[in-house]
Amino acid sequence: MNAPPPAAATSAKRGAISLSGITRIFAGTIPAVDHIDLDIHAGEFFTLLGPSGCGKTTLLRMIAGFETPDEGRILISGREMQDVPAHKRAVNTVFQSYALFPHLNVEQNIGFGLKMQGVKAAERKKRVDAIMDLMQIGQFATRSAAQLSGGQRQRVALARALVNEPEVVLLDEPLSALDAKLRAELQIELLRMQKRLGMTFIFVTHDQHEALVMSDRIAVMSRGKIQQTGPVLDVYEKPKNVFVAEFLGLSNIWPFEPCSSHEGNTAIGVLNIGETLTGPGMAMIRPEKIWIYNDTAAPQGRPNVFLGAIREAIYMGASTQYRIELNCGQFVTAYDTNNQAAERSWRPGEAVAVELKPENIMLVEP
Amino acid sequence: MSNRVKTEVEYEAGRQRLRLLSTSGPGLFWIILFLLIPSGVLLGIAFFSADDYGNPVLPLSVQPFQQVAGFSLLGWDPGNIIIFLRSLKQAGIATFVTALLSYPLVFFILSRPESVRPLLLLFIVLPSWTNQVVRTYAWMELLGPNAPVTWIAHHLGLVPPFLGLAPGSFAVTTGLAYNYLPYMIVPLYASAEKLDWTLVEAGRDLYASGVKLFWHTVFPQTVPGLLSGVIFVAIPAFGDYVVPQLLGGDKALMIGSLIGNQFTETPDWPYGAALTIIMLVLTGLGLVGFRILTQKIGGSEEAAI
Repeated sequence: MNAPPPAAATSAKRGAISLSGITRIFAGTIPAVDHIDLDIHAGEFFTLLGPSGCGKTTLLRMIAGFETPDEGRILISGREMQDVPAHKRAVNTVFQSYALFPHLNVEQNIGFGLKMQGVKAAERKKRVDAIMDLMQIGQFATRSAAQLSGGQRQRVALARALVNEPEVVLLDEPLSALDAKLRAELQIELLRMQKRLGMTFIFVTHDQHEALVMSDRIAVMSRGKIQQTGPVLDVYEKPKNVFVAEFLGLSNIWPFEPCSSHEGNTAIGVLNIGETLTGPGMAMIRPEKIWIYNDTAAPQGRPNVFLGAIREAIYMGASTQYRIELNCGQFVTAYDTNNQAAERSWRPGEAVAVELKPENIMLVEP
Repeated sequence: MSNRVKTEVEYEAGRQRLRLLSTSGPGLFWIILFLLIPSGVLLGIAFFSADDYGNPVLPLSVQPFQQVAGFSLLGWDPGNIIIFLRSLKQAGIATFVTALLSYPLVFFILSRPESVRPLLLLFIVLPSWTNQVVRTYAWMELLGPNAPVTWIAHHLGLVPPFLGLAPGSFAVTTGLAYNYLPYMIVPLYASAEKLDWTLVEAGRDLYASGVKLFWHTVFPQTVPGLLSGVIFVAIPAFGDYVVPQLLGGDKALMIGSLIGNQFTETPDWPYGAALTIIMLVLTGLGLVGFRILTQKIGGSEEAAI
């Protein structure tokens, strides 16, 4: 009911979200969400990624209005949300359990939000039909939620949110209850839908693969704090710290002491690192960035070539994951693709050489 | 070989019978002894004639049933129909009132910490540990001519001076609602406890608030409990004897008192038996009808008590 400050309302785009200093503490314990500053752009697919209990769902619930932040401000489309209750926010949620109303059929579920907003029956039917066409669920219109499969329920839940044409769509692990194949299909479908409608989607997940597939940008969260925000590629390729590196896939990480301007002493020996070193730190390399050679074909005169032997080979279809014991006794994890260009695959016990190219080694914070 | 298999099967069948008997036996015994046999006896008595003292005597007759329908030597009288409809009305109002009182109470209890909830529920059930007659007598006093509530009613012009709120229809409704409140609260609590609050959040997310939010997201989830409560309250309230007897007076006679009178004050056993049988049949029909109705509106199995 409060009139939004006009200047703010016009300066921000519809669907943009700005969080500043958001904190939520449950029952006086450790903050579930700890002073989070975050800007989500209008029309982007933004993912909050983190392990369970990291505060991502709490953050989403505060944007929806189900929780009130103890500190901080939430702006949606430039409007202050402090005193706006959930039912007055132009934000719709797709719940993890879908939360479809069991006493209503598909059509009535989808039309619920419009009905509550006082949209006339004829207009409502038009919009519900349109969204059911878009989501290809028209043939289930008169079924009850209990008669739908998991994937169909997911579509209905999404349609129920989208039909209201909200400024922001919040998705709380909406795919976690589905099997792998359906999940992959719906990831793509969800992404297409978002691009087509141009709405801001905020997606919460603990699945790093899902986050990589779907997002324009992600924020990796841990213990109520954002560890890193950025475009997917940046966060994956240049993780800011050990947590982000390890959460977003496998990595090899060694602490080092600098022994020259671009060389560090690590557990596997002296590493040439492609950056100027100013002090001790952590060096990280992704498994797929490690080159594997037959020990007799090891490149000569290049830095960071180490000899070792394959100890474990896990075949994963498109690629194989190797665990290689270097001659110094340390292990590295490496991926090799199984495409035509791949020289060959390696068997446990084989002697190999690995190359860690300096440009692929990243410095990460502990 | 086949002989041995056969005995194994027989043993198993025997064990099955034993299990069935030991689990359902006590209940069956109870129902046969205290429901079926007495009902059978009553059904028999209902077809006798009454002597001057109201005892069943030969010849066999359908006169008691004619009496139930309102026919007597003096012609047709709508008295019984009125009493029947009044009982239905009183039971209906009492059920509605208990439901109305139960919703806020149940959600109040659910809003308290889990550790104190059993205690609060105990407080609800506690009064029913005392005798119903005693509690009903208390209401006679509470609604009597000199009670504060009556005084307020006088000043609001609801009751003529020097008369109490009891005896009368209002007192009967109050007494019934009070007596059967726990039977509404307990099943309602059971279904409200299992409430899926995510659905309520979904409702808020979809622009519902206040009464609309309750009606569309909370209420539908409590319907199974409500329906159980309706059965638990309406049936005994319909046939209640103590409350209308003590709080009803002459003008608020209900079917329970009418039947009671045929065995006490103005004995007429065959007539009383016929009234009882008819009431049993109507209650049974009502239950079946209710069951069909609740299945139609998608009421769950829980409602089918």
